[in-house]
This record gives sequence, structure tokens and C-alpha cells, in this order.
Amino acid sequence: MTQKVKQEIVAMNGDEAVAFAVKQCDVDVVAAYPITPQTIIVEKFSEYVANGEVQTEFVCTESEHSALTACLAASVTGARTFTASASAGLALMHEMLFVTSGSRAPVVMAVANRALSSPLNIHGDHSDSMAERDSGWIHIYVENAQEAYDSIVQAFKIAEDVGVSLPIIVGLDGFTISHTLERVDVLSEDAIKKFVGERQFPMVLTHEGKTVPFKLDPENPMTMGPNALPNYYFEFKRQQEEGMRNALKKIQEVNSEYAKISGRSYGNGLIDAYKLDDAEIAIVCIGSTAGTLKVIVDQLREEGVKAGVLRLRTFRPLPSEELRNALKNIKVVAVMDKSMSPGGLGAAVFNEVRNALYDLKQRPIMVNYIFGLGGRDSSPRDLRRIFEDLAKIAKTGLVEKQVHYLGLRE
Amino acid sequence: MTTQEWKFTAKDIASKPDLFLSGHRACAGCGPAAALRLIMKATRGPTIVTQATGCMEIVGSIYPYSSWAVPWLHTAFENAAANASGIDAALKAMRKKGKVKQEHIDIIAIAGDGGTYDIGLQALSGAVERGHDFLFVLYDNEGYMNTGIQRSSSTPIGAATTTTPAGSVNPGKLEKKKPITEIMLAHEMEYVATATPYYWKDMMTKARKGLEVEGPAFLHVFAPCPRGWRSEPAKTMEYSKLSVESCVFPIWEAVNGKRQLSTPSKLIALAPQKKKPVKAYLEGQGRFRHLFTPQNQHVLDGIQLATDERWQRLLQKCESA
Repeated sequence: MTQKVKQEIVAMNGDEAVAFAVKQCDVDVVAAYPITPQTIIVEKFSEYVANGEVQTEFVCTESEHSALTACLAASVTGARTFTASASAGLALMHEMLFVTSGSRAPVVMAVANRALSSPLNIHGDHSDSMAERDSGWIHIYVENAQEAYDSIVQAFKIAEDVGVSLPIIVGLDGFTISHTLERVDVLSEDAIKKFVGERQFPMVLTHEGKTVPFKLDPENPMTMGPNALPNYYFEFKRQQEEGMRNALKKIQEVNSEYAKISGRSYGNGLIDAYKLDDAEIAIVCIGSTAGTLKVIVDQLREEGVKAGVLRLRTFRPLPSEELRNALKNIKVVAVMDKSMSPGGLGAAVFNEVRNALYDLKQRPIMVNYIFGLGGRDSSPRDLRRIFEDLAKIAKTGLVEKQVHYLGLRE
Repeated sequence: MTTQEWKFTAKDIASKPDLFLSGHRACAGCGPAAALRLIMKATRGPTIVTQATGCMEIVGSIYPYSSWAVPWLHTAFENAAANASGIDAALKAMRKKGKVKQEHIDIIAIAGDGGTYDIGLQALSGAVERGHDFLFVLYDNEGYMNTGIQRSSSTPIGAATTTTPAGSVNPGKLEKKKPITEIMLAHEMEYVATATPYYWKDMMTKARKGLEVEGPAFLHVFAPCPRGWRSEPAKTMEYSKLSVESCVFPIWEAVNGKRQLSTPSKLIALAPQKKKPVKAYLEGQGRFRHLFTPQNQHVLDGIQLATDERWQRLLQKCESA
């Protein structure tokens, strides 16, 4: 399976691309509840169900809480499962996100990233999934509809790896990606099925000394979701961290394997570095903003400015070593956050990246730009201004303000 | 409904191995534990059990031990029915693809009154509306016993709990018990029944019938809790019996909405003189102790009146069926 296979060019928005990938991955159970801007995913999938194009059991639950519960229960029963949500829906799932990762259920979820109330706002930002940073899910953020398609396919292979066995959030920017029509190259269903393969199960030892697959099976009764008191709970949680460590490797492997059949890869799967090698100033971001930033970097390069971009594709597990290696020689780094941590020192991505770089002997100067909340547009001119700020800091070594709000009336 | 004839004799029960095993950590005289053990003996083949957080979930699954000899899943408090939905969907999908060996696997979702009447009602209603194939067993001990005897919407009027203590102004809980089975019947379910473990054969038969339904079925099991009711552990079965004899908890079943009293309640309907006063059921339970004082006589009278009225309404519903 090392040959690049034939692909079809389709016009799809990000949500449709996700639904199409789910269709190709031979998913057993999809359980979901509608919320903008994720709705197109489930609407499109419903059409596949209505037309008999999939063998999936599609469960339209009465809430997001039940949607994730049903996916979790189906997953531990042995099914390949998928759900999608956003904003308030993801927040309603909050409890079950922890239960799902703690149960080591490899559920795949697309999150069409959207602002959280209040005030109510249906537009794109990352407040929803950033609030779930510590829920034990792998977080992958995509740049466009093509990557949304590719990443959903990859997500099943990563999540279901026996050494990983963790759920995955694939984040796509609400509206910017979810609702924007783009060219998407898709592989054949056969090629995808072959790539993803059948679901694998970790083998566990029973009290009778039998080695059995880790799932609910009347032939090998297993107690799933037990109470673990202070004498065992800690070990369960530590094992989840092992899954995350293994995911760091697995994400890279899957990224390269997928490149072999599709011709597409996203950096090393963890970070996507653009013109960073000789850069003096750089911006770190997640999601679709990277696309605009890359264009600006090209312009700046033509003007002789040594600028670069680092798109953090995998936010959990955090690729700290890769971040250190990629950013160690940069003079000034701006981290862009489409969410806030009120009362904190900057927001989530800034905190994480800055933390990863702390151990460097010589660290870049770092500043944080909070932007785009509630779907506020950031123009190329706004983004260019960040590079101008960075160039100024690089020249003077002076940081006037560590945390900035971009495009805000103040 | 494809109900096959099944006689639960003492011999049958003794010869069938336990699926809810001894060694669990339930209190002495626990009504729900006794009920679950028997209900698990009424299963007909491969079965997966899922439970809401609660006493019966906690006592049987303390890692690395388990009392469950069947595949068993707990995820959270409010979602036992959603667990059942997921298991049902998984089995259906995997069976289509030839990934499930067994021809049929029964699913039982178990929750206490908190996980059914209150926090679990939404998931239950949704799963029933979607028609998943599972039996939902409610073990009703009339309060949040696992967290320390707080009131639920199943706690009856006048009962003292830690959040409705009997005080100088309030005589225990002021609100009446929510009629959960009426809510479930309104979902137009194929099978809804009430039972209590004193009438064990009746309870087991109903569990079995519920499993044989192709689609959702609901079994309301009234199960005394000595800790929460402040009653003697040795009297659990006596209170189970008295609840029926006093018509506080009549037992019946409704197949496709047609409601019929089960024998112990039917005998009272035929010979009303056999109906015991609610006092006989209430006294001895510490949670109602404060009612047996002159100033709370009116509460006792009110409970008797409401019980009589409810019983009359039930008789009418059974007649019209």
C-alpha cells in the first residue's frame, strides 16, 4: 500500500468533507445532535443513511450528552463510532468527554469550532474545544476542508491503535472551514477502507487467566467503567498519559503512511512549519488562520523580511520537543489564540507553547495575540501588523505589552 | 410480543447460576440487591447490563472486584438509557456486518429513582422514543440513598430525608411522588409493569416479559432501603409486601397500554376489606416517625386519602382497559 492511488476532485465544504470521510471509513455507529456550525455533517450523513449508502446505525439522540454516551457505549461494545458537535453541545458533553477517554474508547468527534455563550454567538472561535484541553482527548486542528477530510480518515487509525486507545477531536474552524466550499481531493472508498482497516482491540488478561479483547462480549464478561478507589484510580489516569505519549508517534506514522497513498501530508503530523528554518520572527497558530499567514509570509519574504509560521496541528498530545526544535532560533514569536482564559496570563495556545519553550537555554521573546472571538474577522492587514510588531520587538528587544487583542474596539 | 411460557420455580432459580454475585458491598437488608439478583436469574440468554451511577452500581464494581458475571457497563449518572442506546446500535450494526456471533443479546439498563425520575429522565425518554431494544429496570427506594438519603422526585410526601428533614415547620417532604409509570405509559411502550421483590415470581416473570419485548420495556421495582427508610434490615420483605397490601404501591402490568392488576393487587381489588391502612406500612419506618404525633395527624390522613384516590383511579384505568 505504498502506491499513490487515483483521486477524485470534489467541491465540498468542510462539514461535507467530514461526512464523506466518515462514510468511507465504514463507521458502525454515528450518534449526534444538531448544533450550528456542525449540522451539515449530520445532515449529509443522514442522506447517506436514507439512500442506503452506508451500513451505519445512525442514532439521533435527544442531547449531546446522550450522543457521546451512545458513542462511548457503542465503542466499548466493539463498534467504530463517530460524533460531531460544537460550542454549547461540546460543553454539554463535558462530563462524558472525561468518561470516554477514561474508558479508553476511541471515539472520533469532529468539532466545528464555535464561540461559547454568553452572549450567544454561533460563529467561529476555539473557546469550545480549548475548554476541553484536559479532558484526555487527542486534539487535531485542521487548516482547510481538504485537511478535514484527510484528518478524519487518519483519526480512526490513530484513535484505534491499541497503544493509543484514546478518543480524538478533529477541530475545524466554524464557518471558515465548515461552511466554505473548497476543492477536496478524495480517495476511493476501497483505498480508505484498506488504509483504516478493521478496528483493533487491546488484549487484556482476565481473572481466569484468559487473554481477551477489551470490549463488552457475553463470551468474556468484563466489568467496564468500574469504581476505582484511591488505591487504583491514580494508575488508571497515568495509563492514559501513556496512550498520549504513544499518540505522539502514531500521529507522525499515520501522517507519513497517508502521504504515501494520497500525496498529502501536514508537516510531520504534529506541527506544520512554514519557512521557519532561517526565520527571525514567527507566528504560531492553529486552524485556518495559518493559510492567510502563509500568504503574508510569502509577501514579507519578497520584501526581505525573515518571517515564518508554525501551525500547531496537534494540540494534545503537545509536541513540546518539536516546538522547541522549530522555534529555538527565532528571535520573537507571537502566539495567536482564538479563545480566552479570563484572568490568566494570555490564552491556551500561548501558555502551552511558552511552557514548552521554557527549558531552552536561549528562548525567543514571546507575545500573545487574542483574536477572532465570536467570528470577528481578522484581515490580512491585521495579521501583517503582528509581523510588524514582532519586527519592532526584534529590533529593540522591548515588549510593551505581552497580551494583545487584535481588531478590538478599545 | 412473543412471550414464551416460563415458570420460575424455586428449583429453577436455585439451579440457575447467579449473574449478580455475592460478595458485593450492599447493606444488610438491601431491597434493590435482592431484586437485582432475582431479575438477573430471569434472563434468557446472552445479556449485557448497563447501570447508572448509584448504590447498585457502586456496590458491585469496586475495582479490581466485580459482582457481575455478565458484560457490564457504567459511564455516568444521567445516561443509563443512552448507554443502552449505544450498545443496541453497536450490536445492530456489527450484526449486519457479521461481527456479532450471538443471534440475540438482551440489554438491561438499571437505575435508581434518581437516575430515572430526575437526572436520567431525558435520556430515558429519548431512548424509548427511538425504540431501542432494552429493558429499563428502575429500582425505586425513594431517595438518593447513595449520596446520603436526599429527597428525589420519587420520595413520597411526608418522608424525612436529609434534604427534607422533619422540622418544627415542615413535616418532611412537602411534595408528592412523581407518577413515573404514567409518564412511561404515555410513551406508548409495549410493556410497562410494576413489581416488588416480596412477590418474587411476579417480579421475575415481568422482567422476563420485558426482555422478550422487541423494543423498549420498563419495569418499576419498588425496593425498600433500610438505611434510607430508617427501617429494620430484617423487615425489608415485610415492607415490600405491605406496600402492596396497603395499595401504596399496587402491582400491575400494561401490555400495549392495556393495564391489568397482578394477582396480589387484584385480590385486594376483589376483596377491598383486605386492604390494609397506610399506617400499617408507614409505622416502623423511621422516615415517617414524625407523622405519628398529634400535630401531624393531618399529614397521615392526607397520605391515606391520596393513596385511596390513587388506588381508585388505578382500578378505573384497569377496568377501562
